[in-house]
Amino acid sequence: MGVVSRNIRFDWWTIILYLLLILVGWMNIYSASLTDVSTTIFDFNQIYGKQLLWIGMSFILIVFILAIDVKFYERFSSLIYIISLFSLLGLFVLGKNVNGATSWYAFGGFGIQPSEFAKAATALALGKYVSDIQTNMKEFQHQFRAFLIIIIPALLIVPQPDPGSALVYAAFIFPLYREGLNYIFVLLGFLMACLFVGTLVIGVNWMILTIVLLALLHLLYLKRRKKKVKLKQYILPVLLAIGVTFSVSYVFNSVFEQRHRDRFNIVLGKEVDAKGIGYNTNQSEIAIGSGGWNGKGWLQGTQTKGNFVPEQHTDYIFSTIGEEWGFLGSVTVVLLFIFLIIRILVLSERQKTTFGRVYGYSVASILFFHFLVNVGMVIGLLPTIGIPLPFISYGGSSLWGFTILLFIFVKLDASNYINR
Amino acid sequence: MRKILLLLVVLITGVVFTARLFYLQIYNSSYRQLSENNAIKVVYDYPQRGYIFDRNGNLLVSNQPSYDVMVIPKDVKPLDTLEFCQLLRITKNDFIRILDKARVYSPRLPSVVIPQLTKSEYAALSEKMYKYAGFYIQKRSLRDYQVDHSANVLGYISEVNERIIEHNPYYQMGELIGMGGVEKQYEDILRGNKGVKYIQKDRFNRDIGPYKEGVFDTLPTRGNDIMLTIDAALQQYGEELMKNKRGGIVALEPQTGEILALVAAPNYDPSLLVGRERSKNFTKLYYDTIAKPLFDRVLQGEYPPGSPFKTLTALIGLQEGVIDLDERIYCHGGYTYGKRKLGCHHHPTPLAMIGGIANSCNAYFATVYRRTIDKYDTPQEGIDHWRNHLLSFGLGDYLGYDLPAGNKGNIPNSGYYNRAYQYPTYKWYSAATISNSIGQGEVLLTPMQMVNFTAIIANRGYFYRPHIIKNIMGADSIPAKYKEKHITTVDPKYFEPVVEGMNEVYNYGTASHIGVPGIEVCGKTGTAENYIRVNGKRMQLTDHSVFVAFAPMDNPKIAIAVFVENGYWGSRWAGRIAGLMIEKYLKGEITRKDMENFVLNGSLMDEYEKPYSGKPFNINH
Repeated sequence: MGVVSRNIRFDWWTIILYLLLILVGWMNIYSASLTDVSTTIFDFNQIYGKQLLWIGMSFILIVFILAIDVKFYERFSSLIYIISLFSLLGLFVLGKNVNGATSWYAFGGFGIQPSEFAKAATALALGKYVSDIQTNMKEFQHQFRAFLIIIIPALLIVPQPDPGSALVYAAFIFPLYREGLNYIFVLLGFLMACLFVGTLVIGVNWMILTIVLLALLHLLYLKRRKKKVKLKQYILPVLLAIGVTFSVSYVFNSVFEQRHRDRFNIVLGKEVDAKGIGYNTNQSEIAIGSGGWNGKGWLQGTQTKGNFVPEQHTDYIFSTIGEEWGFLGSVTVVLLFIFLIIRILVLSERQKTTFGRVYGYSVASILFFHFLVNVGMVIGLLPTIGIPLPFISYGGSSLWGFTILLFIFVKLDASNYINR
Repeated sequence: MRKILLLLVVLITGVVFTARLFYLQIYNSSYRQLSENNAIKVVYDYPQRGYIFDRNGNLLVSNQPSYDVMVIPKDVKPLDTLEFCQLLRITKNDFIRILDKARVYSPRLPSVVIPQLTKSEYAALSEKMYKYAGFYIQKRSLRDYQVDHSANVLGYISEVNERIIEHNPYYQMGELIGMGGVEKQYEDILRGNKGVKYIQKDRFNRDIGPYKEGVFDTLPTRGNDIMLTIDAALQQYGEELMKNKRGGIVALEPQTGEILALVAAPNYDPSLLVGRERSKNFTKLYYDTIAKPLFDRVLQGEYPPGSPFKTLTALIGLQEGVIDLDERIYCHGGYTYGKRKLGCHHHPTPLAMIGGIANSCNAYFATVYRRTIDKYDTPQEGIDHWRNHLLSFGLGDYLGYDLPAGNKGNIPNSGYYNRAYQYPTYKWYSAATISNSIGQGEVLLTPMQMVNFTAIIANRGYFYRPHIIKNIMGADSIPAKYKEKHITTVDPKYFEPVVEGMNEVYNYGTASHIGVPGIEVCGKTGTAENYIRVNGKRMQLTDHSVFVAFAPMDNPKIAIAVFVENGYWGSRWAGRIAGLMIEKYLKGEITRKDMENFVLNGSLMDEYEKPYSGKPFNINH
C-alpha cells in the first residue's frame, strides 16, 4: 500500500478548524506584541514574525506527517515513546534554565521544549498498548501498565518544574475509560476533585459533615427502595473520603507553598489582592470585560497595548481576543475549539482500529484539557496554571507539538478510507 | 455512556465558558471596573474647603493655594537627579527613598514627592518641570489661618494615611483630610465633594476625550462655610491669661449650651501645621510628652474636681431630703469618722447650707453626703442613687459635644467599690467613700463636665449639650441633638439656695477679694490634691487651682470653669482668671488692671519643673 494522494480523503473539517485557529492565534499574537517600531510582519526579531516562521514550518511538518506511511506510527510508537522519555531525561543534564524552569533545549537562538512533543508520543504508546490483542483494560495488571505509560513522562516533567504540563496527563483517563476502564476510576477522579475543592471552600469540618450526610441519604434512598443494605459497605468509602479531606487540608496548608495557596484562594474568592498575586487574573478580567459585545477592534485594545496583562502573547492570549473581538469573537473562538474537539471525537468513533480510536480520544482529551485549563484560568474560573492555549498561544514547540499530535490523527483517519 | 462522557464534558465546558464570558463582557460591564481600568485616566477637580467663622462673623480660617510635586512612577524617565534634587531642595538619598516608596504604593497612581511648596518655590520650579517626565505639580488648597489661637478647637488638615484610604474609599493618596477639632468633626461639610472626570486613552496612551461622553463625570461641589459658637476675642484673651500655665478654660452660654471659649494650655499657633515645615513642627509637638500641647486638657483631662463638686453634694442632699436649709452643722477643724478625720480650714462654725458653700466647709458636706448614702439600707444602694443623680448632670459619660476628643471621667458605682474592697469577703460603708463628698477620692471630671454642671446650676436645673457649631451655611440647622433640653433629677426649687451660696462665695466666702466690679457673679473655689508618677515613684504635687462661676446671678450669660494645674488654692489663679474672663465677655474691658497684670505675667513653669528636676521639692508654698 503506497501513498496515492488522489485516493486519500483527509478530513477537511479538522484541517479548516485547525487553520482558522492558527489564523486567530497569529492575529492576536500580532496585536499583543505589536510595538511602536514599524516593520514588516516578516521581521523575525519580533514575536509575531517568529510565530509566522513557526507556522510556516508547521505546514512543512504537516506535509511530512501526511506523507509518511501510516503503519509507521503504530509500528514505531514504542521507539518514539522511549526517545521522548530520553529527551525529557536529557533536560536534567543539557537543559537550559529559563525563568527558573529547565524545560528547554537551546539551539542557537531557538529553544525546543520536549514536553510539548511527549504528549503525542505518549498518546501513540498508549494506543499501541491498549490496542494489543492481549490487553484487557478490565484487568488490574493491564490497567497498571497503561497507567505507567502515562505517569512516567508526567513524573519526568514535574521536577523541571512544570507541574502544569504534567497535569495534562490526567486527560488520558478519558481514552482509558472509553476502552473499558471501570467507571469507578473516573468517578474516583471526579470525587477527588470535588473533595479537594470542597475542602478548600467549606473547610474540613463541614466537608466531613457533608460526606456523612450524603452517605446517610444514599442509605435511606436504598432502604426506601427495599434493597438489602450492608452498613459495612459504607464504612470504608466514608472513612477514605474523610481521610482525603484531612490530607487535602494537610497538603494545602503544609506542603503547598504560599504562592500555590494564593492561586487557589484567588479563584475561590477567599482573597482579593488586585495588585499582588491576583494581578494577572484581575487585569485579564478587566481586559476581557472591557470588550463588551463587539470588542474594540483588532489592534485597538487599550489594555492589550498598555501591556497591563503580563504574558499576554503566551498563556493569556485569550484576554486579547476578549478585549479586541468582544463577546461575539471570544464565543466564536470557544466554539471553534468545541467543534474541533467534537469533530475529533466523532472521527475517533469511526476508526476501524482500536489504535486509531485510542489515539483520537487522546488527541481530543489533550486538546480539551489545555482548552479547559487555559481559558478557565484567563476568565478567572480556575487557578493560575501556566499551560498554553493550543494553536493560539505563542511558541514554536507548543505549536509544533499540537500540530504533530493532530495531524498524525488526520493521517490515521485518512487511512481508513484507503482500503475501502 | 463510554462514548458520550467526554462529549458531554466538552459541551458543558462550552456552556460554562460562554456564560462566564457573558457575565464578564455584557452583564457586569464597565462601571465597576472604571477605576481599575488602565486605559481610563481619572482626573480630580478639588473644591475649596469651607471657611470657618467665629460667633460674631470674624473669619478664623480661609484657604491659600499650595503646590505639591507629584510623581507617577511608571512614567518617570531617566533624569538629571542632582539638578532636580537641588531644585526641590532635598538630598539625593531622600529623593531615592521617596521614589521607592511611591513605586511600592503604586506604579500607576500619583504619589506626593514634596508637599506644600510656597508660591515662590512653585514659580522657580514650574518652568523647569517639563524636563522631568512623570513628575508634575498638583495645585491644592491649604488652610490659611487668620488667627494664632484656637488650634485645639480648629484642628488641622493633613494628608490621608493608608489606614484612612482603606476605610474610606473617597480619599486618594495625597489628598487632605481634617484631623482633630472642627476640621475633623465637620470634615464632610467643610470638604465639599471633589469632581471626577474619566478620560479615555487610546492604545498609544493619548487622551481621546471623555469616557462614554462623560456620563460618569461629576462636578466638584464647594465645601460649606461654618460658624462656630466661639467668641474669638474671648478665646484669644483666655489663651493670653493661660500663658506659662497648664490647664484649661471653658466657657458656655448656659441657656443654649454654646461654647464661648475652649482654651487648652499650652497651645500652639495653628499656622505651624501648614507648609513645608509642617511635619517637623508636628513631630516636635507630638513628642513633647510633658507639656503635651496636642492633649486637650479641657476635653480629655480627667481631674479630681475638688470643692466645686460640693454644690452637687448639696443639691443631691436637698433632693434626697436629708438636710434642710436651716440646719447648722458643727465643724471642729474637720469631719471625724471612726478614728480618722477629714480636715478643714479655719472658718466660722456652725454653718447652714449657704454659709457652708460660701466657706467651703468640708465637715458640712461630709455630713450631707453620708446621710445621703446612709438613707438607704445598704451603701451599695446609696452609692447607686447618688450616682444616678450625677449622671443626670451629664457626668461620668461623654457629653455628646461636637468635638472629636474627650474622656468620660469617673463617677464610681457600687460595683466599683465592691471590687475595690473585695465585697462580700470584706464589707464597706459610706465612710470609706467620704472623699467623694468634697470632689476628691474616686470622682474624676473633665473641665468640660465641670462647666456643664455649672451651667445647670446657672439655669436652675436644665442644660443643652455643649456644642461648638453655631450655623452651617447652606444647611437649615445644626444637629437636632443640640436643641434638645435635658433636665436633671434634682427639683429646680433646690437650685436657688445653692446659687445664693455661690454668690456669697464672692461676698464673704473664699473668693471675696477677687470679685468683678458691677457684676453679680456666683462661683465656687476648688483646691484639688493630686499625685503623679515619675519613674514609678508616686509623689504629691502642689494642688490644682480650680474655679467654676457664672454671671450674672439672674439670667446668666456665661458659665465658666477654669483649671490651672498645680496652681495651689482655687482663688489664686483659677478664680482670678474666671473673673477676668467674665468681665471681658460681659463688659468688653477690664477694670481690675492689677489683677490682669498679675495673671498675665504670672508663670508656673518653675512649679512644673519640680518633679523632673530629680531633687527633693516643697509643694503648696
